[in-house]
Amino acid sequence: MTVPGSWYLALSAVVFAIGALGVLTRRNVLIMFMCVELMLNAANLAFVTFARMLDDIGGEALVFFVLVVAAAEVVVGLGIVVSIFRRRHSATADDLHVMKG
Amino acid sequence: MSAPPGITELAAAAAKLAIPHIDYLSVLPIMVMLGGAVVILGWSSLLRRPMDSGWVTSLTVLTASATLILSLFQWGAVLAHGAHTHIDGAIVQDGFSAFVSVLVSCIVLVSAVIADSWLRREGVDGPEFQVLLLLSAAGAMTMGVANDLIVVFLGLELLSIPLYVLAALNARRAESGEAALKYFVLGGFSSAIFVYGIALVYGATGTTDLPQIADYLARNVLLHDGLLLAGLALLLVGFGFKVAAVPFHLWAPDVYQGSPTPATGFMAAVAKVGGFAALLRVFVSSFHLLQNDWRPPVWVLACITLVFGAVVALWQRDVKRMLAYSSINHAGFVLLGLQAASNRGVAASLYYLFVYSFMVIGTFGVVSVVGGRGDRRHSLEAYRGLGARQPWLAGALTILLLAQAGVPFTTGFVAKLEVISAAVHAGSTDLAVVAMVSAAVAAFFYLRVAVLMYAPSGAGSEHALDGLGIDPAGATGSSGPSMPAEAPVLVARGEAGSVGVPATVVSPAPGAVDETIPAGVAFGVGLCVAVTVVFGIWPETLTSFAQHATLLLRP
Repeated sequence: MTVPGSWYLALSAVVFAIGALGVLTRRNVLIMFMCVELMLNAANLAFVTFARMLDDIGGEALVFFVLVVAAAEVVVGLGIVVSIFRRRHSATADDLHVMKG
Repeated sequence: MSAPPGITELAAAAAKLAIPHIDYLSVLPIMVMLGGAVVILGWSSLLRRPMDSGWVTSLTVLTASATLILSLFQWGAVLAHGAHTHIDGAIVQDGFSAFVSVLVSCIVLVSAVIADSWLRREGVDGPEFQVLLLLSAAGAMTMGVANDLIVVFLGLELLSIPLYVLAALNARRAESGEAALKYFVLGGFSSAIFVYGIALVYGATGTTDLPQIADYLARNVLLHDGLLLAGLALLLVGFGFKVAAVPFHLWAPDVYQGSPTPATGFMAAVAKVGGFAALLRVFVSSFHLLQNDWRPPVWVLACITLVFGAVVALWQRDVKRMLAYSSINHAGFVLLGLQAASNRGVAASLYYLFVYSFMVIGTFGVVSVVGGRGDRRHSLEAYRGLGARQPWLAGALTILLLAQAGVPFTTGFVAKLEVISAAVHAGSTDLAVVAMVSAAVAAFFYLRVAVLMYAPSGAGSEHALDGLGIDPAGATGSSGPSMPAEAPVLVARGEAGSVGVPATVVSPAPGAVDETIPAGVAFGVGLCVAVTVVFGIWPETLTSFAQHATLLLRP
């Protein structure tokens, strides 16, 4: 018995929604980074599923591009967090309130 | 012992792999941009002492000039031989892409020259600023030539990641790190939405290649187009974040305010150019057949962006925040050209992006001088009496602000006229009316700064405080509770730094900060003002340039 492709798509949509909700509601910056990763990986799962359903290798190749870009993005993000940590010792979005308006 | 059968099969398959022919000439401008960045970074890391910032700026200007010349060659080649796709259809070389490359090269050129003096003043050592400038510009150029959604995504990330770092570059200011983090989280969020949009479009059409998507849509009638429309909506949201269209603008005011001022000018120009270049190409040429589906949402987006940007800017007390909302307002005008979904609309949008880039970089160049050491004096009150203290600086800012407001005989007027007439031509008269009203509202806050600069600098105690960067009402975001303690330091610095300004001018408190114009800023801002005025009086050259910058797949 094979699992139909639509189930994978549903899973991918659920993971994407969890990630998006996490970015919007969680206040810890590291958790927010992880939620962005969840969203990107949900997109990867969708790519692979569609590639399988369409019988096209292209979609599987795209996953590698997304993986590399996600890795580069996280490196920069963690660098920014570290540079803020040096100034103050927390990483909550609520502490970032110098600017308002 | 022979190799396992799987390996030999794999080797046989690899031998049959068709590697696309790579025409390096087609990507030469981008490669020069990236190469320049790598050479500067590599060279400076081999030196024992930090590289002199003058050298770094010269190399950056050299790289940008080389890219500019190559892009102009490409423009000539497109005019002579027509548009082509390269590298298995991933890259397109048409008038549109050449226009974007020319514009991005100009942006780097002017930004690098203006940023030079800021880097010296703030003591930011090392070549990072200029290297990030070049990398980010390469991303914007990639978005201009991208002919495949995944190349658009790569360009988007190459554009955005250096911008996150640029925002964080001034490690001494708390606002800088905060701006970078906000930009990063929301930027990553929008990229993820964008990738999911690509995945859905791929699932619906079976390809990410832009002409093939158009081809697929032309040959198939989709009975269940929910997947494709959902993908399209996610792509629009992703682009909307990048170009700061309301309601996806939340990052813009904080990031503009917190970033180093010359980086803000660059960011405001290059992110909009890159974002809109890809947005126009994807929506107008690939999804042209779905325009009945995407034009209404873009109509709504343009409408609220125009109104929100103009109205909220009215009660900003911080000039950088005000300019952030004004750039949101400008994004609304460019969306007007997208909403028209015609050749005329694309040309009008490109023209708008061109003149907007020069206006915004020049404006932030002046703001970086007035901001003084530490990038602090950005309250409106800091501009009171600037016309008496620095007539040239105030004159340049006045021209640039009037151009942004769309006053006749400046490029801003021609640009607004072009997009509005494109909208009327496409039947969106109601949107054109909204745009005109929002331009009238926006003129008010531009003029307020201009009037303030020529107002007499009052000698009252309140204004004396303002001169030191302290806002008595506490309305400015940047003046935190730590400011009063720092005030004596600022006075001392101001007196030490006011070389070349006659003492009589310095004696009232508002003049106590060094506002002498560095040569780089004078050149860069002068160039921006020249472009704004010359092409405002004789617009034909630039408008015909934009009109010939057509897409490979015309609507």
